[in-house]
Amino acid sequence: MEALRSKARELLAGKTVQVVIGYGPGSGGGARAVFIREAAQADILVFDGTCQQNLAVYLMKPEVRKLGKAALVATPPALRTILQLAAENQLTDAALLVLAVSPSGNEVVPLATFAALEAHVAALDHGLGAADKAELETYAALSLERRRQFWEEQFSRCLKCYACRAACPLCYCTRCTVECNQPQWIPVPAHDLGNLEWNVMRAMHLAGRCVDCGDCSRACPVGIPLHLLNRKLIGAVFADFDFRSGMAAKADNAMSTFKPNDPEDFIR
Amino acid sequence: MSDFNPKIVAFVCNWCTYAGADLTGTSRMKYSPQVSIIRFPCTGRIDFMLLLKAFANGADGIIVSGCHPNDCHYSSGNFHARRRWIVFRGLLDFLGIDVRRVQFSWVSAAEGAKWAQLVNETAEHIRALGPFSGYQRLRGQGVG
Repeated sequence: MEALRSKARELLAGKTVQVVIGYGPGSGGGARAVFIREAAQADILVFDGTCQQNLAVYLMKPEVRKLGKAALVATPPALRTILQLAAENQLTDAALLVLAVSPSGNEVVPLATFAALEAHVAALDHGLGAADKAELETYAALSLERRRQFWEEQFSRCLKCYACRAACPLCYCTRCTVECNQPQWIPVPAHDLGNLEWNVMRAMHLAGRCVDCGDCSRACPVGIPLHLLNRKLIGAVFADFDFRSGMAAKADNAMSTFKPNDPEDFIR
Repeated sequence: MSDFNPKIVAFVCNWCTYAGADLTGTSRMKYSPQVSIIRFPCTGRIDFMLLLKAFANGADGIIVSGCHPNDCHYSSGNFHARRRWIVFRGLLDFLGIDVRRVQFSWVSAAEGAKWAQLVNETAEHIRALGPFSGYQRLRGQGVG
């Protein structure tokens, strides 16, 4: 933790960056995002197991961009988010210094270029852990009718608050389909049909882009396991197209490219 | 169930399948009247939301059809569409929505007979599956 604080102090004092985006103490024993603009404030930075939010979400906010060059405390999903945003032409490395932290928080690796970020990310393990894999397989193994019941029950609690969208660093469209009312693609009230449509749309628009940070599920006030949908599609995109998002700063999007031999055993 | 007449919506591309369906008609081949054809410039334009809207508005089955691979009028629209269908199908299945209700196919402008056969077989298939009441029931829930 001290390594992180002293690095932040050094960067702010030397005016290398104008703001350090990191974690500070939050309510209920958790961590929250902090935006540190003066070296003297660097002592509020913390890093521990509660620091799970993907801070890269703030890189797309105009009010944060206005603060100037940022140093971002990045967990592994945040590192991949930054590369994915770069691949989608949303970020340049001149505007950003990434501070990759080890899980203990004792070690801070500054990554100033996308090339350095790519090398760092390539060395990490990206597969699902055993418990996560088992969770996904449990749901996938249910019968069709049980799956329908499960998701109908989950989506029936959806409030359409769009916290999943706000928390997602890759849901950055300034005008979302949800706000489109000519035609009204997604019904405004939170009824079962509209909730299903919204959640299908959210998952589809993240297909081949989501880096599985899990912030959608953490943000959901009614506890819908949205990460399962993302993981299902991440698995499908990897299995069928041999593609993983957020690995390179220059990459095609899985859903806007194709291979002539993509699987088509379901097409007559 | 035998008196159930399914509603089938067919999303087809202008250049191949629509012309193919036209050929079915000009060749005087009879096929199931359960299908309503919607013409698109290209399969690449067929957004997954349109399929959901068809189900929401009472479709029991859906056909999505366009040019064979390498025959797209815009050279790659059908390849892009195919990727979307692969992912979308997997997601529907994961959500417990019966993907047998969506039939994807390639029908060229010369395949009038294939179109007739596709529609007839899909109509029989959907007839056997019955009304898509599970999805249509969602419409009635909550304020709409």
